[in-house]
Amino acid sequence: MASSNKPVIWALFAAGGTAAAFLLPMLIMITCFAVPLGLLPAETLSYEHVSELLQHPLGKLVTFGVLFVIIWHAAHRVRITAHDLGIHRDTLVMTVCYGIAALGSLIALVALPAI
Amino acid sequence: MSRRPYKRELQKTWWLRQPRYVRYMMREMSAFFIGVYVLILIIALSQLAQGEAAYNAFLAIATGPAETGFAFVTLIFAIYHSYTWFQVTPKAMPLMLGGKPVPGAFIIGAHWFGFAVLSVALWLLVGS
Repeated sequence: MASSNKPVIWALFAAGGTAAAFLLPMLIMITCFAVPLGLLPAETLSYEHVSELLQHPLGKLVTFGVLFVIIWHAAHRVRITAHDLGIHRDTLVMTVCYGIAALGSLIALVALPAI
Repeated sequence: MSRRPYKRELQKTWWLRQPRYVRYMMREMSAFFIGVYVLILIIALSQLAQGEAAYNAFLAIATGPAETGFAFVTLIFAIYHSYTWFQVTPKAMPLMLGGKPVPGAFIIGAHWFGFAVLSVALWLLVGS
C-alpha cells in the first residue's frame, strides 16, 4: 500500500487552523495590546503571573497542544504559499518550514515542564 | 523517454491582478505572521523556564515599538484568518438536522459565538 504523510499533515493543518481561528486574535490582544492600552494591569505579563498561570500540568498540556498545532498549520501553509509565489524548490522550502516547526515544538516541549 | 512538459509562465505578481487573488494571498500570508508570532510565544516560554532575568530581558525587547507594529499587523492577519476559516465551515463540514441541511449562516454564526465565548474565557483566565 502506498503510504503518504498527507493525512497527518492535513489533520494538523485543520486542527491548527481551527485553534488559531478561535484563540489567536484574543491571545495577541492580551499579550501585545491589553497592557499598553491600560485594559489589563502591568502585572498580567509579569514573570510571577505567567509562571503561575502555567503551573498546572493540564495548563501546560493545553498550551503545548495549541502552540504545536498552530505552528504546524503555519509551516504547512507557508510551504504551499511559497509555491504560489513562484518558489518551486519544494524540498528546501519543506525542510525549512517543517524544520522550524519541529524545532519550535521541541523548544516548547522542553520549556513547559521546566516552568 | 524524455518529456518536456509545457510549463506556462506565471509572473510572480500574478496574485495582484485581481482583488479575489489578493484576498486569497492575504489569507495564505496570514500563516507567516501567525507562525512568527507563535514562534515568539515559544521563545517567551523558553525564557520563562530559564528564570526571571531571562524572561524580563525578553519582555524588554518584545515590547519595543517595532515589535508592537509587527503585533498589530499580525492581529489584523489573525482576525482575517478567523474570518476566512469560519467562512468555509459550512462547506468543510455541512450539517444535517432532521433531514434538512443546516443553513451556512447558522454554522458560521455558531463559530463566531464560540469565538466570543473562548475570547472572553481567555481574557478572564489570563487577566485574573
